[in-house]
Amino acid sequence: MTCKEIVELMTDYLDGSLSPSRRAKFEQHISGCDGCGAYLTQLKTARMLIGRTAAEPVPEPLRAELMNAFRFWKAAS
Amino acid sequence: MSVLLFSHQTPWPENRPTYPDPRVVRDPIDPDLEALRSADEAAFEALINRLHGPMMRLAMTYLRDRAAAEDAVQEAWLTCLKTLDRFEGRSTFKTWIFGILLNVARARRRKESRILTFTSLFRRDGGPTVDPSRFGADRMWSSPPDSWTNVPESRLLGRETIDRVRAAIDDLSPKQREVVILRDVAGLDADEVCGLLSISPANQRVRLHRGRASVRKSLEDYLT
Repeated sequence: MTCKEIVELMTDYLDGSLSPSRRAKFEQHISGCDGCGAYLTQLKTARMLIGRTAAEPVPEPLRAELMNAFRFWKAAS
Repeated sequence: MSVLLFSHQTPWPENRPTYPDPRVVRDPIDPDLEALRSADEAAFEALINRLHGPMMRLAMTYLRDRAAAEDAVQEAWLTCLKTLDRFEGRSTFKTWIFGILLNVARARRRKESRILTFTSLFRRDGGPTVDPSRFGADRMWSSPPDSWTNVPESRLLGRETIDRVRAAIDDLSPKQREVVILRDVAGLDADEVCGLLSISPANQRVRLHRGRASVRKSLEDYLT
């Protein structure tokens, strides 16, 4: 497989959805190719950083509203 | 909104889509569901704190206004409480509430008759995810990427980088963005996302790959 093909298979690889034979070819390529190894590292870093965009505090009015609703729900159930 | 919780009026639009529910809970104990059913206030508060960011990011895929997105998140939680006794545990709680939020946000967008921008209507999602000029005639790297191992952690994880990533996500096509948010921000697995969005596994992977690759490109422009 060429580097150009390998880069398009990286998410399939990370999700474990490559067939065993394609996975073996993929891993064989990666082990000998610094460029594709670096690209895979970049893609994993991007995935990790995307996960870090989630942190966001609940605004106080919304928090108060939801806690009130929860207390009503608790009392009614 | 509290009134809505106990009224008989449906919070749904007519002809609402049915919830996707083909997924089986892998772990019989769902900690999110346990937290809610324990009726413990601190546990509920921890749950809304933890899911708020991912829920807001998803809602803003449909509703670009923060206030509208917050309203959608609130309605999703109220609907969750109102219908919790009907939840059969055929998906994880997290997948279930994201499904509710998707329906709420989509319905609100329809109600607001949000007009898609010209560029989003004609945005093309095809083509390679890496600039072809970076490969030689043999289709191997001619301009290989850097692994960013020399980037200091303080910069890699710094606020500016995270802002850059956020902007890159916002710039994705809506179809890529919702998959990236559900997978990498909310942490759902591939099967759960396919069920929620009613898309094939191949389609899910393509959207995710293209979305991640775009974010990677943006990071590369910034970090190197």
